[in-house]
Amino acid sequence: MSAAGIIFSNVHDNNMPELTSARTTASVPFGCRYRFIDFTLSNMVNSNIYNISVITNNNYLSLMDHIGSGKDWDLARRSGGIKMLPPNIAPYSYGGQNTTGLSRLEALKGVNYSVSKIKDEYVVLSDCDVICNIDLNSMIDYHAKSGADMTLAVKKMYITKEKARNSVIMEADEDGKVTGILNYPRDFSGEAEVCLNMIVMKSEYLKLLIRDAIARNYHSLTKDVIANKIPTSDIRVYRYDGYFAAIYSVEDYFAASMDLIADEAARRALFEVKNRPVLTKIRNSEPTYYSDASRVKNALIADGCVIEGNVENSILFRGVKVGRDTTVRNSILMQDTVLGEGCYLNCVITDKNVVVRDGVMLSGAATQPYYVAKRKMI
Amino acid sequence: MYKKTECVAMLLAGGQGSRLYALTEKTAKPAVAFGGKYRIIDFPMSNCVNSGIYTVGVLTQYQPLVLNEYIGKGGPWDLDRANSGVTVLPPYQAKGGADWYKGTANAIYQNLDFINRYDPDYVLVLSGDHIYKMDYSLMLKAHKSSGADATIAVLEVPIEEASRFGIMNTDENLKIVEFEEKPAHPKSNKASMGIYIFSKDVLEKYLIDDEKNPNSSNDFGKDVIPAMLRDGLRLFAYPFKGYWKDVGTIDSLWEANMDLLGSNPVFSLRDRDFRIFSRNDSRPPHRMGESARVINSLVTEGCDIEGVVQNCVLSGGVKVERGAFIKDSVILSDVVIGEGATVNYSIIDSNVKVGAGSVIGKAKGEGTKVTVVAGGLDIKDGTVVPDGVMADKKYFDGLTVKEEL
Repeated sequence: MSAAGIIFSNVHDNNMPELTSARTTASVPFGCRYRFIDFTLSNMVNSNIYNISVITNNNYLSLMDHIGSGKDWDLARRSGGIKMLPPNIAPYSYGGQNTTGLSRLEALKGVNYSVSKIKDEYVVLSDCDVICNIDLNSMIDYHAKSGADMTLAVKKMYITKEKARNSVIMEADEDGKVTGILNYPRDFSGEAEVCLNMIVMKSEYLKLLIRDAIARNYHSLTKDVIANKIPTSDIRVYRYDGYFAAIYSVEDYFAASMDLIADEAARRALFEVKNRPVLTKIRNSEPTYYSDASRVKNALIADGCVIEGNVENSILFRGVKVGRDTTVRNSILMQDTVLGEGCYLNCVITDKNVVVRDGVMLSGAATQPYYVAKRKMI
Repeated sequence: MYKKTECVAMLLAGGQGSRLYALTEKTAKPAVAFGGKYRIIDFPMSNCVNSGIYTVGVLTQYQPLVLNEYIGKGGPWDLDRANSGVTVLPPYQAKGGADWYKGTANAIYQNLDFINRYDPDYVLVLSGDHIYKMDYSLMLKAHKSSGADATIAVLEVPIEEASRFGIMNTDENLKIVEFEEKPAHPKSNKASMGIYIFSKDVLEKYLIDDEKNPNSSNDFGKDVIPAMLRDGLRLFAYPFKGYWKDVGTIDSLWEANMDLLGSNPVFSLRDRDFRIFSRNDSRPPHRMGESARVINSLVTEGCDIEGVVQNCVLSGGVKVERGAFIKDSVILSDVVIGEGATVNYSIIDSNVKVGAGSVIGKAKGEGTKVTVVAGGLDIKDGTVVPDGVMADKKYFDGLTVKEEL
């Protein structure tokens, strides 16, 4: 049983405009040394999916740089491996418009030709912001055994009104057969089976679906295709019950990061699953150095840092420097952030290469972290 | 086909490293772990890549499994290349019979075919058991501009220690006039670092001659270099300034690890323009717990610290439980230091589980010796291992027998 993977790298770019102003959602840094797409890619590779297409629309320089040849995920291959599908802007198609990435379905329509070349029996469609460690093989197995046309991963969770507006909620019977779908409901909150945006189907089924969507001028996978197919097709849910970080905003991003520090079970479910390591681009940073004066507790810290100050309840990405007499609390410091001496940071997110000069004090709130953009000097 | 390559590096990695005892029982010395996330061989390999030398032959012999696996296709060092890259060269069976590598010179001799494929002008001979960062391209430049037949990198050592090294006596132009292996009364303090650049034709001729000589021990230092000097060839010393350490003994291995510590360490790995590459085993970031206290130490991916760590180098996946105290120690990968255990002045090999309340080694001080614990052992709660012990399975079995008596 072979499967190909298709990843949408620009979906949800609007959720975190700060973090995605210079990058795709796929390349948003998360969890000390990873980027969002690392979790999707690792899930696929750990499930023996080695033929992966990444559909991308704009802002994809950082993503291309991150993925490189795909070697770090064992995806530099002669056949299969990883393939970037940037927008195909032909002069005669759609009036020369860049049509990929507007929605998942538009993206798929734009790469119709590449999809038509997939030879694997199954295909897994996944968003790039699925922070979890899931065994896709068992999902594919479940799909194959049930004989469904299409299977969507869901997780039962409590969902707020704000989050519901950005979610697709599935209604399904005990056997997992989908009976209804709520697309981005305006007025919903409570327990629900939320779609995790990982979908399995036969690749032939996907090819038909895309051709059909082109013929009928459909725009949305969930609104136009799935909603219409429910009465006539066998669409099922795969009930995933593991760790999943649902990130819809910078505040969610911050909360999910803080959870990784506080919640040991979550951390283990994401990072320490046997035979399912999370892979990322290797940077060859030296080990992190803690000086005589350092005081660090409740922190997740990547390699290449030099810590001479106090760090508490924070996440430090690779190559972060924390100067003497500096205190960092409840913060996320991305790659190569440099903090001078005598600074104080609380509830701050610094993007890559931020420099904070001596004596500067910055503070946000847990519900509204203060974000410092890439390469800013304060 | 093979492209002409100006300089081919030959890395001698067959060393047993018998003075590292338990650490090299199942691994060749160049594969011994160092500095938290490296192995000794990462240094010469990274040096090659950072010097623009991308054709590297690695000569293996003793316990090559871990080393071969580690080198793999050479990807971590960017040495998985189409026309060159890294090639592992084990001893082989030839038509005339099979030979182990009899000495450093013989090892290169047996691989002249490998060298000649690339039609190089120069051959760089390295050894896989030193910790240093060096740009070999500068040495090659010196070799070319002096018109030498061979250039030998030398380090100025304190004169009182010179009798432990191979010493090069040179004239004012750095031309070597005499070579003395471990002289009792050294005339100079220029110690050979075991790094040679030879003009390829000269090397080939001398290796062939050396092989014909039944009395030769087939060693560069003992046979080939003296023969070249006898024949009046142009041999030059290349003085190297910087950190260099032979980590052939437990003490020197421990010291070299400690040299990485400090805000301005004796030997720094923080230079992003001269990175030391290593194979990465994809571990999550390390975690500092509620009760963690880490002072003057290096910690890397996968570690989980709840105890007190002072002046230590921890490798990946080390777990230090609550109430544990480790000081002046080198802890290799996936070691668990149990609750309330104390580790002092020790090197603990990978996958050891130190039981709760155990005491390993003795605080560093006058007359204390480094304690070494061999890999994969499960040390029972409350075990005491005195200082200076090479604690392997046999050692612990002996303890149990005594207890039973």
